[in-house]
Amino acid sequence: MDALPLYGRYVAISLRAQLDYRASFVMQAAGQFLVTGLEFVGIWTLFRRFGAIKGWTLEEVALFYGMISMTYAVAEAIARGFDTFGNMVKYGEFDRILLRPRSTVLQLFGQELTLRRIGRLAQGAVVLAYALSTLHGVWSVERIALLVLAVVGGVCMFVGLIILQATSAFWTTESLEVWNAFTYGGVTMSQYPLSIYRPWFRRFFTFVIPLACINYFPGVAILDRPDPLGTAVAFQWLAPLAGPMFLLIALQVWKLGVRHYQSTGS
Amino acid sequence: MKKKSPTLVNSCCTATRLIVMPQIIVSDLVKTFRVSERTSGLLGAVRGLVQRKHRIVRALDGISFAVDAGELVGYIGPNGAGKSTTVKTLAGILVPDSGRCEILGRVPWRDRVAHVSRIGVVFGQRTQLWWDLPVIESFELLRDIYRVPLSKYSAARDELIALLDLESILDVPVRQLSLGQRMRCDVAAALLHAPPILFLDEPTIGLDATGKLAIRDFVRRLNRERGITVILTTHDMDDIEALCTRVMVIGEGRILSDGTLAELRRRVTRERWLTVDLVQPDDSIEDPDAAVIRRDAHRVCLAFDPERVSPAELIRRVTSAHAIRDLFVENPPIETIVARLYRQAHPASSASGDRPS
Amino acid sequence: MTLGAVRPYVAIVSARFRMLLQYRAAAIAGLWTQIVFGLVILGIFEAFFRSTTRAHPMTFAQIVSYVWLGQALLGMLPWNADAEVRAMVRSGAVAYELCRPVDLYGLWYARALAWRTAPTVLRAVPMCAIASIGLPLIGLDEWRLVAPPSVASAVAFASTLACTLLLGCALTTLINITLLWTISGEGIVILTTTLVTFLSGMIVPVPLFPDWAKPIVQALPFAGLVDFPFRVYTGHIPPQATVWVVQHQLLWTAALVILGRWLLSRGLRRIVVQGG
Repeated sequence: MDALPLYGRYVAISLRAQLDYRASFVMQAAGQFLVTGLEFVGIWTLFRRFGAIKGWTLEEVALFYGMISMTYAVAEAIARGFDTFGNMVKYGEFDRILLRPRSTVLQLFGQELTLRRIGRLAQGAVVLAYALSTLHGVWSVERIALLVLAVVGGVCMFVGLIILQATSAFWTTESLEVWNAFTYGGVTMSQYPLSIYRPWFRRFFTFVIPLACINYFPGVAILDRPDPLGTAVAFQWLAPLAGPMFLLIALQVWKLGVRHYQSTGS
Repeated sequence: MKKKSPTLVNSCCTATRLIVMPQIIVSDLVKTFRVSERTSGLLGAVRGLVQRKHRIVRALDGISFAVDAGELVGYIGPNGAGKSTTVKTLAGILVPDSGRCEILGRVPWRDRVAHVSRIGVVFGQRTQLWWDLPVIESFELLRDIYRVPLSKYSAARDELIALLDLESILDVPVRQLSLGQRMRCDVAAALLHAPPILFLDEPTIGLDATGKLAIRDFVRRLNRERGITVILTTHDMDDIEALCTRVMVIGEGRILSDGTLAELRRRVTRERWLTVDLVQPDDSIEDPDAAVIRRDAHRVCLAFDPERVSPAELIRRVTSAHAIRDLFVENPPIETIVARLYRQAHPASSASGDRPS
Repeated sequence: MTLGAVRPYVAIVSARFRMLLQYRAAAIAGLWTQIVFGLVILGIFEAFFRSTTRAHPMTFAQIVSYVWLGQALLGMLPWNADAEVRAMVRSGAVAYELCRPVDLYGLWYARALAWRTAPTVLRAVPMCAIASIGLPLIGLDEWRLVAPPSVASAVAFASTLACTLLLGCALTTLINITLLWTISGEGIVILTTTLVTFLSGMIVPVPLFPDWAKPIVQALPFAGLVDFPFRVYTGHIPPQATVWVVQHQLLWTAALVILGRWLLSRGLRRIVVQGG
């Protein structure tokens, strides 16, 4: 399957282009690190004022925060081509993608691997490290594996969301922002454990956009604490699978979108 | 007269002589688009909040033609006539509402990947190369994308570099190239995978005279020496005159003319033009059998029908009445021919309109 | 200022209105995103408030109004340098600005004002409508935007809001001017604007800051962008204290304008010297 070597070549080209502007890259990455850092300072401030949130401590919230931050940073870095797809359609550049004898998905993934997301990734890692260091009994091979799987599953889900956003560009390039409610909003929501929210909210983010499956449920299992929502431990361990499933569905919708584009033109 | 295009059935059943199946077969292509309309002004913008109007545009209205391997075909027409819709359909990126199309035995939009690997497309106004990469790296990336075996790639690459004179710009990032250089690189890029068919969409647009000649020379050689089929879409009539033995004129979604340039001219008008350069500006030049179509200070252009008054007779009349420094007789430019052809076919419609082209 | 001088700016605002009205789908999408965000943020605050029984510097009801006002008036705040200015500096077209026989700072400031008015109004009106009327309809009564507690508070809010606009535009113009130096230092610009946003109280209302931090943050200009006017709206800052708020905002506006003018003259000299 020679798609992988081609993707590798794309990535090498993208990284080289970004590192050409090294100073700018370093500044942007540092800026991202500090900006997301400020976000966590906000959370810290609230905890200073309120002490705890529905029984969850700052350290526990830090685990959820760190996980989702790292997840989103990786997803954003990988799926940049889809993120900017609205512009591509608007300027008629998707035609060239269709004129190449390769999958459109592969070409769009290959468009860019945004290195500066490493700022957010690093910040998330720092917060996660803080969480893991202050929480006792968390360390074990299985739990770390679950953490990794949750992040991988989460990356799949966010990439799926970004692909869905890009697909909607085939119908309208104006209202792509709708999806920001689920990407950015989803990240903000996932920084706190799901159980603090109202029931209808929790149901949406468990069954419709199942972000809880790649953050909250595995997080609860990693923390090895009983789930206020009462889910079974087995479910918590299996929940990250929702990520790849979501991605597969998103890819099917993408195919529909491409077909629509080909019948209506640009 | 319009060339009768063979249907698939006809082609297969013609057994009287050995026929090689045309490389490109297009039959009754129809494509309509919905275009939304916007009303101007503040009130219109507010109204646009609640309701949007749409217009149905028939970009292709039954296009049929066939192209044999090795032909160099020009495809011309006014803006909005359906040229790029046709090219997109043939390229496989647009699916028509009805009609059939077969290229190299494949339906373009159904076998996209297979089809696209056997054609080359150059868009004059858009580059297919990567903006920040040196030209040679774009080529290498394309080689991977098109899965060209190394030996074939190296041979094709070296040849194209030599033919198009790219040696000195191989390491230059595409964004730093001049338009002429970029165009040559784009043409090379489209041929790296040795496609038997090449689509050129406005390849000489914006180029200076040298650039245009370079591209034209190359395309001519490509076609004559290698037998690569070329479909050339252009507004530049000099391209057509220089390259194409066959010209198709499209207007409002229909093929208006399909044949040689000479046939096209004959079909529209017998008219010829006599242009004279006067020694002294003279407003009084005229002739009962000719019409003045342009008059500058020293130059006057007369249109005449050679069957009413022969060129020799008209020249004799004009030169005996006025002092002439120079003169020449020519055909009306292709633009005029095409515009007249178009008006013949569509006497009621206006020349412009925002249709998808 | 004669009517003739005002007309170009009216034209800019009107043109922007028309352009934004065309993109109704984009407007609705933006509205939707902000509403979802508001709901998430309110969910978080509500959970915090339900977690403790002791009193806090702000009530939950006040926070609700605070959050919705923040979403409604987002367009007015100095989020980032104006994209148009960035493009102008990058392409060198800013040199044309030098040739105009107008006060350049005034032009940039007025442009910032004009560019903020249209999008803010177009977002704030439906946003407030949904937040105050729409939410109770779907059962989220505790999360709705309520009116100011008194007419005095409403009037006070209007005046502080006007000053916020002036202050915000002074800040935006200042950020735009810094682009003359740091066209590729986008990391700095983003960091500064995030810092500004944080210190204005957009992310966490200032009364909820640690006690030791409050005097510092309240002295800075940024609190006058969000925290003060929103608290005037909810009556947390009583109408009688409006004078101090307005004074704070206007003093800082003046300071930023002076700084901006000085920086602009330095920046333009730099461009002329470098040849664009």
